[in-house]
Amino acid sequence: MKAMRLYVGFIYVFLYAPIALIIIYSFNSGRYAMDWQGFSTEWYGKALANPLIVEALVTSVIIAGVTALISSVIGTLAALGLQRVSGFWRNVFDGLIYIAIMVPSVVIGIATLVAFVTLFEVINPFVETVLAFRFQMGMWTVIAAHVLFNIAVVCLIVRARLAGMDRSLVEASEDLYATPLGTFRQVVLPLLLPGIIAGALLAFTFSFEDFVIAFFVAGSDITLPIYVYSSIRRGVTPEINAIGTIVLMTSFALLIIAQFIMRDRTRRRTSAGG
Amino acid sequence: MSGSVSSQRSGLVTAALIAPAAVFFFFLLILPLIVIIVYSFGERAPAGGYSPAFTFENYLNLPARGKAILNTLTLAPLATLLTAVAAYPIAYFLAVKADPRWRLALLVLVMAPFWTSQLLRYYAWILILGAKGIPSWLAVIGIPDLRIINTPWAVLIGAVYGFLPLMVPPIYVSLEKLDKRLLEASADLGATPWRSFLQVTLPMSLPGVATGSMLVFILLMGDYILPQFLGGGKVFFIGNALVDLFLQSRNWPFGAALSLSLCAIMFVAIFLYMRFVLRQSNLRQEAVV
Repeated sequence: MKAMRLYVGFIYVFLYAPIALIIIYSFNSGRYAMDWQGFSTEWYGKALANPLIVEALVTSVIIAGVTALISSVIGTLAALGLQRVSGFWRNVFDGLIYIAIMVPSVVIGIATLVAFVTLFEVINPFVETVLAFRFQMGMWTVIAAHVLFNIAVVCLIVRARLAGMDRSLVEASEDLYATPLGTFRQVVLPLLLPGIIAGALLAFTFSFEDFVIAFFVAGSDITLPIYVYSSIRRGVTPEINAIGTIVLMTSFALLIIAQFIMRDRTRRRTSAGG
Repeated sequence: MSGSVSSQRSGLVTAALIAPAAVFFFFLLILPLIVIIVYSFGERAPAGGYSPAFTFENYLNLPARGKAILNTLTLAPLATLLTAVAAYPIAYFLAVKADPRWRLALLVLVMAPFWTSQLLRYYAWILILGAKGIPSWLAVIGIPDLRIINTPWAVLIGAVYGFLPLMVPPIYVSLEKLDKRLLEASADLGATPWRSFLQVTLPMSLPGVATGSMLVFILLMGDYILPQFLGGGKVFFIGNALVDLFLQSRNWPFGAALSLSLCAIMFVAIFLYMRFVLRQSNLRQEAVV
């Protein structure tokens, strides 16, 4: 028992020491990693004054925000629709959802890259003569690829909520002569909302953190993970630790919010049940 | 009559709900995968990219990247096993021993690192395992010249670190569901706690271990940041070979063949997992009967 507690303690240190290391060294006044020169917040100032970092951050926030919005709407619609389908098409869709989740990101990135390049090669000569511009890889191709994965994730989460939903509430609403749309707006949507928000937060986090897919399809646009990756390869300055600390804190905050939303919901349900 | 009209309308509503997702799945999943399949039978264009052909050359050439395939097929299962072994006591502690008030918070604390930047967390390990990290501390106590970074060991440590947060929850769930009365029955029948664990707890939690291992194995197989950061170009996976083939040497058809092989290996693994889980639940039903 004592050995187990010791081991568990060790694992928590193992999990959080690297994160602590990044946070601590973001306050290092020296230039080099693992070489403590004294406390300073100058790297935060330098990072936020670096236009490349700010631009990358803005790009990432836009990509993640748009991805979260589109995929939570489409994923929820799909979950509601799939509830009404059975048999062959249901199996096809379930299969696609699992394939979208299981195929490794690196393959999704490659396949999307190749498909977009092929598509653009075909349509660009035509588009160029008619509209005088060319389609290129960039933010929008990243969003498209992220939305695909996150539709699957949101759909699974919302479907789990739907399955746990009390059908009698819908029937009661129908008995009270609510229109289908009224029932949806006043009964189904409020019940699903925590699931949808949790799904949207997951989508935002995934999209904001994703390096692998963006690396392939971002074209000349630079997301924050792409910037971080290239700085790590170049040999990092503590700027990256500072940005990393901000990013880590943001994702922890998002996680805590998601957790509270989920817990609030379960508490309300148990108190309603009891 | 009105019934058929309303069922027709309800069909339209269903189609409208699913259509946006269907469009995404078609254009960004099915079509790209078809393109990759077609490309895998093509030839590399002289300037890189794809030129149409029908050849099995790319598949026959797979041994040219044998090292990457071999590394992936040995290190990914080994790392999965290590992660499961490391995760089990944590999951057991959280599900059985921990104070119920703190249980959820402790579990979230285990999972949280997974949702933060993978790049930064592996970067931290470059520092920890690099020359100024653990090796320099070990040198102080008289173990000089130990190299960890850029070896398979670094990749294994990184894998356990990276995927522990994903392995713990499924095991936790299977242990939490465990009916405590079974353990009491086992104790009443004179079994020692250790024997009860081996013959009751462990077998009942195997499906959770299988689910966690599956998740971790899938993600590890397709990983390329972990081997690149901690393997430093010396220990590389199929993912690294794919990045090279698509972005550097631009041999798309060969890359397509390699990525399809990666998917094939993965789907075989998933199939075996499904069979294992099904057999487990069948066994349990028989045992109950």
